Amino acid sequence: MKLNMVKALNLALRQEMERDRDVLVLGEDVGVDGGVFRVTEDLQRRFGSQRVIDSPLAEAAIIGASVGMALYGLKPVCEIQFSGFAFQCFHQIENHAARYRQRSQGRFHCAMVVRMPYGGGVRALEHHSESEEQFYAHIPGLKMVIPSGPRNARALLVSAIRDPDPVIFFEAKGLYHAAREEVPDDPEMMPLGRAQIVREGRDLTLISYGAMLRVAREAADTLAQEDGAEAEVIDLLTVAPLDRATLAASVQKTGRAVIIHEAPQSFGPGAEIAASIMERAFLSLEAPIKRVAAYDVPFVGFARERATVPDVPRVLAAARETLAF
Amino acid sequence: MARRTDVRKPAAAALGVDAATARRLLADMMLIRRFEEKAAESYALGKIGGFLHLSIGEEAVADGATSVLRPDDYAISTYREHGHCLAKGSDPRRAMAELYGRRDGLCKGKGGSMHLFDRSVNFLGGHAIVGAHLPLAAGVGFAIKYQGGDQVVVCYFGDGAVPEGEFHEAMNLSALWKLPVIWICENNRYAMGTSIERALAQHDIYKFGEVYGIPAEPMDGMDVLAVRTTVARAVERARRDKMPSLLEARTYRFRGHSMRDPAGAVYRTKEEVEREKLRDPIVLFHARVLETGALAEADVRAIEKDVNDRIDEAVAFADASPEPPLEWLLTDIFKED
Repeated sequence: MKLNMVKALNLALRQEMERDRDVLVLGEDVGVDGGVFRVTEDLQRRFGSQRVIDSPLAEAAIIGASVGMALYGLKPVCEIQFSGFAFQCFHQIENHAARYRQRSQGRFHCAMVVRMPYGGGVRALEHHSESEEQFYAHIPGLKMVIPSGPRNARALLVSAIRDPDPVIFFEAKGLYHAAREEVPDDPEMMPLGRAQIVREGRDLTLISYGAMLRVAREAADTLAQEDGAEAEVIDLLTVAPLDRATLAASVQKTGRAVIIHEAPQSFGPGAEIAASIMERAFLSLEAPIKRVAAYDVPFVGFARERATVPDVPRVLAAARETLAF
Repeated sequence: MARRTDVRKPAAAALGVDAATARRLLADMMLIRRFEEKAAESYALGKIGGFLHLSIGEEAVADGATSVLRPDDYAISTYREHGHCLAKGSDPRRAMAELYGRRDGLCKGKGGSMHLFDRSVNFLGGHAIVGAHLPLAAGVGFAIKYQGGDQVVVCYFGDGAVPEGEFHEAMNLSALWKLPVIWICENNRYAMGTSIERALAQHDIYKFGEVYGIPAEPMDGMDVLAVRTTVARAVERARRDKMPSLLEARTYRFRGHSMRDPAGAVYRTKEEVEREKLRDPIVLFHARVLETGALAEADVRAIEKDVNDRIDEAVAFADASPEPPLEWLLTDIFKED
């Protein structure tokens, strides 16, 4: 059936909850209300308030209680209403969820998923539009997953729920209703930690994820039409652990790379991706690796949002500079 | 000993527990005390690194509380958790090896003094971030209830956790969701060096329970039997009615916050410390078991010898345990295939 990303995520949650009664959903307004973005709609009616839990406005308690549930063997899927609110619980993620396996040497672990809407695209303000994946990607013990469309969102969420370790699952707000895709009825999974080549090309590699993937694809189409350049487009899907082999193999073929992300540029994911390519494909590089990212300023919304978030013209400019180097 | 033959006051009636329980309570408190005294020695010898937070003076809380738990009940604690872990039944040899950072430690030497974990006795760990483990206890309580279990969770924390936001978040959750959690505040009156008067607007910590509709009571944390009976009531409420309790154990640490301030002398007077030492829970209980005739002095000496032997053995075990292999540095981050 054709579903948008909201419905696709809802389908993943519903089917996983049907499959395994240890899977629970909790967060602010996820039950009666169905979630700010409706991702958990109808789940409480279907599974009851013991499994779809409306929590108080207490982010540290949501994540902390989820860690406790996970230690006991449940599989909480918690929702933080906006990724910008997660600093209230960041220390529970960093100090506890990410560390239990190592600290207890495998005797305890946290199989849990933290879902958060992230990024721009809905004309919101500060704290409701940022991209913070770099904070989580930097923490050993966490997986950082960001889907780019309905079908892979559903499959990755299923994989995240079944993963034995804590997964931070970012959902681009700009993609929730952006497109509908054919999503199979039967649950499907996608491996975490594996990038996908979504467009093959020989002249340049565009690396992106989440809402920026659409920007990369559009830029690739324009480059083909206007410049006769064939860009390979890579969808990371998982930011951490990074699929270094796929990135290096592509750049060994194309010799050029542009990385696009919504997070501010300095010390962002692009820096790690560029370093990884340099380490593995240095001799193949024909041009410096370029990054197209948000500027190093706090998020400016909503009036200047379109100037803040990378768009196709900025990607095209960077790509052409790289091709001409 | 004339008192032992006093038939009008049989031991069990006078103490409220039988001789075997009295023996166990005394032995467990002595074990914790001896373990930590030896740990302090090892720290001075450079065998234990990092910080070391001793609970000497506070043993009655861990011991009295654990004595009314079942083995399948859970406990979760702070960084001052050696006593809670040992009381729960962990092997002192493996606990000491953990303090030493050795491969036979409870966490293969990677947790250290502040992060003892022992799945075999349902001890869910020490936590170094003040107040941060309280929501975890609520989560475990929720999971027990969800799975239809009848275990309870005991969550220990200090008076220093009470001003933290997560204390209040966790109190609220436990009352709202009716969770089988027993919150035990070990009020030793100092958050590191800050006295409770300088940190809390409300000094009677148990009163925070009333606000959340949680049954709450203070208890003499230096009296192992008082702790035992108070916690027993809370366990009953948790197991039967799925109701949390907030218990404030009024206790005192005889040593400093950590080995950084071994005497804790800067922020409290010597007179205060000496006065509090008159309430030493082991000395008090020792006197009481003799008075009531529950145990004879010879029994106590035998317990003491056994405890000393076990701790000597624990130290020897830790000393003999090898360093963890270097390749363990990279293990147990994610599940390995």
